[in-house]
Amino acid sequence: METTTINNNFKSEEYFINMGPQHPATHGVLRLLLTIDGETIKKVEPDLGYIHRSIEKMCERDSYQQIVHLTDRMDYLSSNINNEAVCLAVENALQIEVPERVKVIRTIIGELTRIASHNLWWGVMGMDVGALTTYFYAFRDREMINDIFEETCGARLTMNYNIPGGLMFDIHPNFVKRVKEFITHFKTKLPEYDTLLTNNVIFQKRMRGVGMLSKEDAISYGASGPVGRGSGYSCDVRKLHPYSALDKVTFNEALRTEGDSFARYEVRIQEMWESMAIVEQLIDNIPEGDYQVETNAVIKLPKGEFYQKVETARGELGVYIISTGTKNPYRLKFRSPGFSNLSLLNHIAVGGKIGDLVASMATLDLVIPDIDR
Amino acid sequence: MSYFSDIYKGIKTLLTGMSVTGKYFLHSQKGGITQQYPDNRETLKMFERFRGEVVMPHDVNNQHRCTGCQKCELACPNGTIEIIWDRQVDPETGKKKKLIEKHIYHLGMCTMCGLCIEACPTDAIKWAQNYENSVYDRTTLTRVLNKPGSKLMPGVED
Ligand code: SF4
Ligand code: SF4
Repeated sequence: METTTINNNFKSEEYFINMGPQHPATHGVLRLLLTIDGETIKKVEPDLGYIHRSIEKMCERDSYQQIVHLTDRMDYLSSNINNEAVCLAVENALQIEVPERVKVIRTIIGELTRIASHNLWWGVMGMDVGALTTYFYAFRDREMINDIFEETCGARLTMNYNIPGGLMFDIHPNFVKRVKEFITHFKTKLPEYDTLLTNNVIFQKRMRGVGMLSKEDAISYGASGPVGRGSGYSCDVRKLHPYSALDKVTFNEALRTEGDSFARYEVRIQEMWESMAIVEQLIDNIPEGDYQVETNAVIKLPKGEFYQKVETARGELGVYIISTGTKNPYRLKFRSPGFSNLSLLNHIAVGGKIGDLVASMATLDLVIPDIDR
Repeated sequence: MSYFSDIYKGIKTLLTGMSVTGKYFLHSQKGGITQQYPDNRETLKMFERFRGEVVMPHDVNNQHRCTGCQKCELACPNGTIEIIWDRQVDPETGKKKKLIEKHIYHLGMCTMCGLCIEACPTDAIKWAQNYENSVYDRTTLTRVLNKPGSKLMPGVED
């Protein structure tokens, strides 16, 4: 009689736990409502809105030049690419052709941004699975890119260097030299990343076969960027719809078919190599010419709808402008990569353990202000 | 058996990884990028384009280049700049002319986007490179950029 009661008391039960909004592994103010049974995850519900700044609404108030600086604050790790997206959308709507020089510089800076972003991701990725060292190594190399940006654009994170019609000012005379220095430096350092983390058996055991995402699911959840490509879904906007100078360069789209956390990890490491290759192809022949074309002080887009997508470090960023012919957009919608990528977190985490959730979430490379906007 | 070979492999890759960290431990001077802030304040120099705060340069005669055209105020996305201006009689021509009384800049609101400086037709404002902007009282972050008693530099408007 006694023993059965004890057994009943040990009946397992599902319970809720809040992960975040202030949790180091969520990399920002994201709250996850976990339903868990012991340590097995039954359900993950992301709760958003902690860093919502109504950027889309603010865009309806601002002029097209002013909108650009707001996009810095969405996915702050790809700020230059976000700026480029808005500028391209406005330029296409106005049918302005920017000089070749601008296109090449935009592409170089965009790829450097991608390297810097993946670099930070790599450091944080290691930290999330318990290897603190990677953080310092990643920041050492990222520092060089930040210095390049600071010298040319004037800021390290929120550059606001692109304007509709070109660039705010020309590149700094040291730009080419510094970029070449960085490429030579980083070529010797990137293999170290593999020695330090990728080849580590403990790390691989935590990544392989965890957070499985099939190609079909990747497509139906709207995954893009390295998350989609880790599942074999070829979705690189740079390949499919080249913008700026990307049609002039040759590079491989990083693709893996495994669909686990390790595949997404490998895609990003390979993308750093590919981005370096793109920068190398362009850096020696930046064409001479103007760095901007004159636009009206008050930009008025023609009536209509305009869409432009670019590949940020996290995936496909879409800018959708509805204009009624005035100096502000009637509505501006950002299709942010982080939001769609977060939506599949529940799918890849269910059935795993809490530790695996942290590891797979790190491979999604979430930037919360990009999700909330 | 695989239990022991796993341990062996794990230790081996750990040591491979530690060979990288060990290399930097022994050659810590090479490739170190840590800035010894604030000890290096004297030698720390920001890049010339660094966006620290907006300032208005004045020459030795306490003259600035701001005509009060308000283009910077219009370009600013968040109302950081306020221009208080007045029409005053120009003693030379006898005509009434727009002159600034105060060019107010709220550093605490500035997003360092640089649109005001781009918009200024007379290059009256520019970036300063100071980076230590923290204060105890936020009202000190509101600054009047034109110095007291300053005048418009002659010839700017032509
Ligand atoms: S930098 Fe931008 S936010 Fe700051 S005052 Fe100038 S326009 Fe306004
Ligand atoms: S600072 Fe430049 S843009 Fe602003 S009011 Fe003065 S002259 Fe005009």
